[in-house]
Amino acid sequence: MQSPRHIISILLENESGALSRVAGLFSARGYNIEAMTVAPTHDPSISRMTVVTRGSEEIMEQVLKQLNKLVEVIRVHDLTDGPHIERELMLIKVHAVGPDREEVKRLADIFRGRIIDVTDRSYTIELTGTGEKLDAFLSALDPGMVIEVVRSGASAIARGSRSI
Amino acid sequence: MTGLQTTMDRSSAELEQEISGAEIVVRALRDEGVEFVFGYPGGAVLYIYDELAKQEELKHILVRHEQAAVHAADAYARATGRVGVALVTSGPGATNAVTGIATAYMDSVPLVIITGQVPVALIGNDAFQEVDTVGITRPCTKHNFLVKDVADLANTLKTAFFLAASGRPGPVLVDIPKDITVKRCAYRYPDKVQLRSYKPTVKGHAGQVRKAVQLIASAERPMFYTGGGIILGNAAEALTGFVRHLGAPITNTLMGLGGFPASDPQFLGMLGMHGTFEANMAVQHSDVLIALGARFDDRVTGNLEAFAPHARIVHVDVDPSSISKNVKVDVPIVGDLAMVLAEMDQAWREGGYRLDPAALKAWWEQIAAWRARDCLRYEQGDSIIKPQYVVQKLHELTGGDAIVTSDVGQHQMWAAQFYGFDAPRRWINSGGLGTMGYGLPAAMGAQLADPERTVICITGEGSIQMNIQELSTCLQHRLPIKVACLNNHYLGMVRQWQEFFYESRYAMSYVDALPDFVKLAEAYGHVGLRADRPADVEPVIREALRLKDRLVFMDFQVDPTENVYPMVPAGAALSDMILL
Repeated sequence: MQSPRHIISILLENESGALSRVAGLFSARGYNIEAMTVAPTHDPSISRMTVVTRGSEEIMEQVLKQLNKLVEVIRVHDLTDGPHIERELMLIKVHAVGPDREEVKRLADIFRGRIIDVTDRSYTIELTGTGEKLDAFLSALDPGMVIEVVRSGASAIARGSRSI
Repeated sequence: MTGLQTTMDRSSAELEQEISGAEIVVRALRDEGVEFVFGYPGGAVLYIYDELAKQEELKHILVRHEQAAVHAADAYARATGRVGVALVTSGPGATNAVTGIATAYMDSVPLVIITGQVPVALIGNDAFQEVDTVGITRPCTKHNFLVKDVADLANTLKTAFFLAASGRPGPVLVDIPKDITVKRCAYRYPDKVQLRSYKPTVKGHAGQVRKAVQLIASAERPMFYTGGGIILGNAAEALTGFVRHLGAPITNTLMGLGGFPASDPQFLGMLGMHGTFEANMAVQHSDVLIALGARFDDRVTGNLEAFAPHARIVHVDVDPSSISKNVKVDVPIVGDLAMVLAEMDQAWREGGYRLDPAALKAWWEQIAAWRARDCLRYEQGDSIIKPQYVVQKLHELTGGDAIVTSDVGQHQMWAAQFYGFDAPRRWINSGGLGTMGYGLPAAMGAQLADPERTVICITGEGSIQMNIQELSTCLQHRLPIKVACLNNHYLGMVRQWQEFFYESRYAMSYVDALPDFVKLAEAYGHVGLRADRPADVEPVIREALRLKDRLVFMDFQVDPTENVYPMVPAGAALSDMILL
């Protein structure tokens, strides 16, 4: 059985090296990383990182403690402890010729994707949602049609008016 | 540095004058009250060395290899409780230092390591003697910095000292490009630093302390298990007082020896893989285990599933990530050991608690039966020297009062088992990383920290050769260390494992072509003495101790087949000991 999935939000000093400290911690201690995103917040001195990981309760306790121990980490929160919203961005370039052109367009509409670039033989589609939804879109396509996929990894935020 | 607040308390006139980065380094070290810098010069740090030579307050100890600089600084820190300082150049200087840094990191030793770096403009260009020092040392430092602006230098050094010494201590590295040591700026050394992202907990949670005390009071078979945190946290006195007041048994980890007096009848010896029968059995049969500044390391617990199966566990540590890492505990307390012990002691006395006398009496009777196994016994005949005998004689002839450093292997275990440490900061060894080559440079740091005290490096013929070049440093700085080499012509611990677990196939553990250590010591300008027979041991030690101002290398030719007992095979339960 696969361990439960966790989305961890980390506020850390926006300094060079901080990202590799977090990444290095995960690899050195053998923690799993499914995705990792990072960008500055509204306070440019602070970055927010979102890490999607899997592990038992004991492992997650250690992950959170070890992250907190990093000198540049300001706050750590496991968003999966409470209600939260998760979004991921996918950009996908597909072959679109002949009858496929209309089919791809319809599929994109069903998934509320947007076609953001067009050539005579391809579409580039932008799609946002949970990782699950993006997976579903990918599996709805004939694999032979896919030219290129870029996924951002998850971003997530807790529901309600409070910050982490 | 963002998120950093510093407070200044200096007259503004003093702030105006601009000085070079190299001068800032030296002034900062002096303002920190640093006594010794252990180091080795090289291209990238020449400006810093130039400044060091212009003053006398800060003494520089020139080692023969950068690894030794870090080990010596590390042992100085362990012996004094102050932050040790090492200074090395870029590239190979930094990489040579890495083993020393990792050693200090595993044992939570407060160090500041200053490394030179190529000029900022050359970083990333594969310049001469360039390595990515912060990248290489990131996983083996508590924190590290690359200083890219001379205006950050003083603050960074202050922060490095603060981080090294506070919370769970550890090595902090500051990488300084050469051009930064030339650039000038006003010197402002802050009195304090505050980091928004770093606030170690020191005071124990009152509710948890109460719970811990209640749990201890309910115990019928209480057992204290204390580690290096007691030494690092200067909590030995508080611990000793509390444990004596309770009358409960106590064991120390390898790193915790000296945290409670070894000569006290409540002390059951070390626990773990080479712990005593009574200590391991008492842990396994305890109903309340009080773990203080210890981290349930695999060499201590053996098979985790079978560790202390009947015990409810109290665990106090300054590092929250040490708690419930390997063993789930019942009452966790995060805080400074000395402070939490004082809180526990107060709660105990105020609550009028006491251990059930009948239960405690029965517990001590059980322990006495385990003790009667006399698990450390050995027989010293009159033909071949037993290594244990050498350590016992060293203890006897120094009155148990020396600082003992060790390398790694059998001799380390015998030193831990047979040199009873009655005070903290007397036993200095590489417990976590297990670094061969630690002992001699460590003895240098310890001797400088405490020049009047006898410092003994208990070592083996394998380990000593991993940093033997430091005999030269010892001559230059007149360090009268007593090296006690338990020479069995084998990498003894490897040999022991091969005997037990590899059907006595001694693959590459016999050390052929050993040097004549007596002549070698003499070649380095020291005194060498050799003991071949048991009757030689005492006279050799006496002579070594008589030569107060000389380094004496004692080469004890010991039984090559002697094993360290008891032994818990890796992965076995703590109660599954191989006994002699």
